[in-house]
Amino acid sequence: MSLTNPATMATTAAAPKGGDLVDRHRLSTRLWHWTNVVTFVIMLMSGLMIFNAHPRLYWGAYGANPDYAWLQIGATQANTGFVRVGSVTADTTGILGRWTDGDGQVRNRAFPSWATLPASYNLALARRWHLTFAWVFAVGLAAYLIRSLANRHLTRDLLPTAEEIRPAHIWADIKHHAKLQFPTGVAALRYNVLQKFAYLSVLIALIPGMILTGSTMSPGLNAAMPWLLDLFGGRQSARSLHFIFAIGLVGFIVIHLAMVLLAGPFNEVRSMITGRYRLPKEKI
Amino acid sequence: MSLLTRRSVLTGLGFSTIIGTTAGLVLSPSFRDLILGSGEKLAYQTHRLIGRNALAPEFTESQMSPDFRTNGNTMPASADYQRHMETDFANWQLQVDGLVATPKTFSLSALKALPARTQITRHDCVEGWSAIGKWTGVPLSALLAQVSLLPTARYLVLHCADDFSGNAYYESIDLVDAFHPQTILAHTMNDTPLSVGHGAPLRLRVERQLGYKQAKYIMRIEATASLAKIGLGKGGFWEDQIGYDWYAGI
Ligand code: HEM
Repeated sequence: MSLTNPATMATTAAAPKGGDLVDRHRLSTRLWHWTNVVTFVIMLMSGLMIFNAHPRLYWGAYGANPDYAWLQIGATQANTGFVRVGSVTADTTGILGRWTDGDGQVRNRAFPSWATLPASYNLALARRWHLTFAWVFAVGLAAYLIRSLANRHLTRDLLPTAEEIRPAHIWADIKHHAKLQFPTGVAALRYNVLQKFAYLSVLIALIPGMILTGSTMSPGLNAAMPWLLDLFGGRQSARSLHFIFAIGLVGFIVIHLAMVLLAGPFNEVRSMITGRYRLPKEKI
Repeated sequence: MSLLTRRSVLTGLGFSTIIGTTAGLVLSPSFRDLILGSGEKLAYQTHRLIGRNALAPEFTESQMSPDFRTNGNTMPASADYQRHMETDFANWQLQVDGLVATPKTFSLSALKALPARTQITRHDCVEGWSAIGKWTGVPLSALLAQVSLLPTARYLVLHCADDFSGNAYYESIDLVDAFHPQTILAHTMNDTPLSVGHGAPLRLRVERQLGYKQAKYIMRIEATASLAKIGLGKGGFWEDQIGYDWYAGI
């Protein structure tokens, strides 16, 4: 967002009002965002294929078939698919563990072919996608964070203000979201506090968490950077956390897309492509 | 106002790169292979840059896996190997040759008589699981000192006794890993002679890489200048057959 920039303010003369077309997203934000959308889809889908090679998760330094898995996706003798978390098991036949692929073939495998890259089982190829685009993911985020510190995007647009983190303000914002009331006029120039929390947690917690737990699974990096293992409690814990952070990101994206749809997808997506955004008209 | 402002040029370049790369990945198999091949090279170079001689983490006995599963071949089919197995590897010999000044062979008892290193390390399978075990064996560097590598040598190829449908297992490592202090030829696991399932009589431990690099049933170590003429040329059985990366540090 660049409206807080005094130079832009000067050219628009008076404060903008509902109906005006204003500058919303910086070029760096727009380029990072779409690079990241493509990269994230590749990372997620190739990651699910890699998970299929050993659909069990453990805590600690080691973990293999003889050890207790806290999460497992598989197929039973009775030909049902299941997901087990701890001692709770859910029947997921058709979606997870046992499903039918595009050619009508029934497969006993964790994630279905429509969710993985490549669609058929190929650990070597999935690792190539994942371990190549991990560089784009990591370097892209690092460059974006550095740029956003330098141009104050992080501090001005994403960091909630003291006023915004008052419980009363947060509660009011939650109520507005629940009633699907979106800000209009000048109030729509800035991200609201829930948006700020969501974006900040993606940018400084979830994506960095993915990158760091991913690095912790590399035996080469374990030698070069052994502190990573201490940080996450061992390689298999890092693998579990990698999976949990990925679920967190998927959760964010579901809500994110729902919000874009509710707030007016054309105007929203245009603002993330061209940078220009039409302020919603005041409701009075 | 000119249409070609610095801003519009940057915008155009940025978005065409994103769209162009994505379209290339979807539409062009050769572009896709080119891009997807770059991850391994970047990882290899980065790891060598930041941790060339770094040691893999070692663990205590209390941190060991109670049950260390086997993987890959667990019983080489060759008649030769079967004979060695029946005679407890008494006549088995490791051959070290290729680009070395003095090729040599070593019996199992000769190897066991050499100074050994013991390490408790984590074994990471490419599929995702890990197991911690205790390995005792001869540092590969000590063996190489006895045969003297020629200056043209760049890789060590480990030829194994096992095969998958007639294709012999083999693996290869660079000289940084070959001379790394934790790279050993293990003859003992968890204080007992290496079992057949885990690669008797001798397997490689190259601790900063994944499981498929830990060649079992080693018969011969060959120093070479290139990997192109070995197997199908990719540096290892799985590399040749299904395209796993040769550098498996990640
Ligand atoms: C096709 C899918 C997506 C669409 C259409 C989309 C759309 C948008 C839009 C319109 C905004 C601006 C919201 C506003 O101006 O109020 C935005 C911001 C954002 N999106 Fe997405 N998004 C998508 C996928 C993703 C994914 C996959 C991620 C992360 C994994 C993501 C992370 C973010 C973040 C962090 C911001 C805030 C950027 C900043 O200001 O620094 N988005 N997105």
